Amino acid sequence: MRLKSFKFYSPSSLGEALELLKQNKGNAKLLAGGTDLVLQMKRKVVTPEVIISLLEIDELRRIEKVEGALRVGATVTHSTLENSELLHDGFQILSSSAKKVGSPQVRNRGTLGGNLCNASPAADTSPAMLVLGAQVYVVSQEGERNIPIDLFFTGPGSCAIEEAEILKDVIIPEQPPETLGVYLKLGRRRGMDVALASVAVLVMFEGKGEASIRRCRIGLGSVSPTPIRAKRAEEFLRGRVLEEKVIQEAGEYVQSECCPISDIRASAEYRKEMVRVLCVRAMKQLMGVRCPNLLRGKYE
Amino acid sequence: MRYRLSLVVNGEKHELEVPANRTLLDVLRNELGLKGTKLGCGTGECGACTVLLEGEPVNSCLVIALQTNGKSVVTIEGLSRDGSIHAIQEAFINHGAIQCGYCTPGMILSAKAFLDRNPNPTEEEIREALIGNLCRCTGYQSIVEAIKSVRRQRDNEN
Repeated sequence: MRLKSFKFYSPSSLGEALELLKQNKGNAKLLAGGTDLVLQMKRKVVTPEVIISLLEIDELRRIEKVEGALRVGATVTHSTLENSELLHDGFQILSSSAKKVGSPQVRNRGTLGGNLCNASPAADTSPAMLVLGAQVYVVSQEGERNIPIDLFFTGPGSCAIEEAEILKDVIIPEQPPETLGVYLKLGRRRGMDVALASVAVLVMFEGKGEASIRRCRIGLGSVSPTPIRAKRAEEFLRGRVLEEKVIQEAGEYVQSECCPISDIRASAEYRKEMVRVLCVRAMKQLMGVRCPNLLRGKYE
Repeated sequence: MRYRLSLVVNGEKHELEVPANRTLLDVLRNELGLKGTKLGCGTGECGACTVLLEGEPVNSCLVIALQTNGKSVVTIEGLSRDGSIHAIQEAFINHGAIQCGYCTPGMILSAKAFLDRNPNPTEEEIREALIGNLCRCTGYQSIVEAIKSVRRQRDNEN
């Protein structure tokens, strides 16, 4: 599985990278950790003539708190997200979803920017990004722009970034207090497997110790051509108290909002059923943390 | 076209000239003759090609070699000291955790990086740490036992 030959550049600044991208228009690919791109090159799905590595660009590697938000650079690895002390409270759902990616080897190389730009409907960090209301910040020689994450994914394997643009960082707004999140992924085995359905649930509760929901966001993976939000379920949950009956009904809404396909991993029917189950489980987990006295029985 | 690649492997500095389309695995095996690192699936699924890059396990079959310029790599050959093998290697032998041996270098390097960070893991944590290393003949039970014994051995030393 030899790779086709290519020219290699490893710029140390974004400006340099953008210039190289322009000079090699149409023939170049941006390379971060390579866990997706190198694989595609080995399989000859893509055969770029020029590779521009982004790993030597310092400003893309940063993760920092800025005013009212968390800024995560494009080449921050999943391992860094998994272990970063900055990802607590409302951001914790991002580290728990980064932890579900592939294996330690893949998480040490794979980057957040790469995971988003690869735009797999099954990407583990995407449902979390959706529920956190992230903004994707991209730069080009013409300037910069912000793409809201809801508009970022345009199809399986495609996203809203133009050819001359580079994803610089992702801005994640600070979550209100009393926000709790859970990410659940279902696969055949726990490691090195693509999700056959995944659910990210982020709930902002009314007040301390209360079970009533001020706002809820639900992100789904692997059950639609792109990662999606389950907005009808979110609307249904607004203002309600997290309890058994409500959770079950929300699960049914979620099920009605997805349109999975059948493939080698699972049938559409199975995915549809499992996305409901995952959603119910995720909300029961939140309920267990929030108000354990309301929870009868033990849930995973 | 060849590119300069400066790399520290097992503590030794190498100045190489390699084509851009070589993976770290290609360079280790074919340029440096370090055949301990294995090519398994070649697609980053099996972990046979695991090496430590800046101390962390990666699948060397998916790393473009030129991206490791100026970095340090440890392969299975780098674990022995003064002619004796590493405690993890010893434990694998003592527990019969090597059968065909193909997954072993990757398993041991994953285990090393993990134990360096977490010297007293639970069995569950050990299994979690090895999730990216497949074994198709020895079986995971003896591998996990071997790694558990390293922990106990360290406890006894302290």
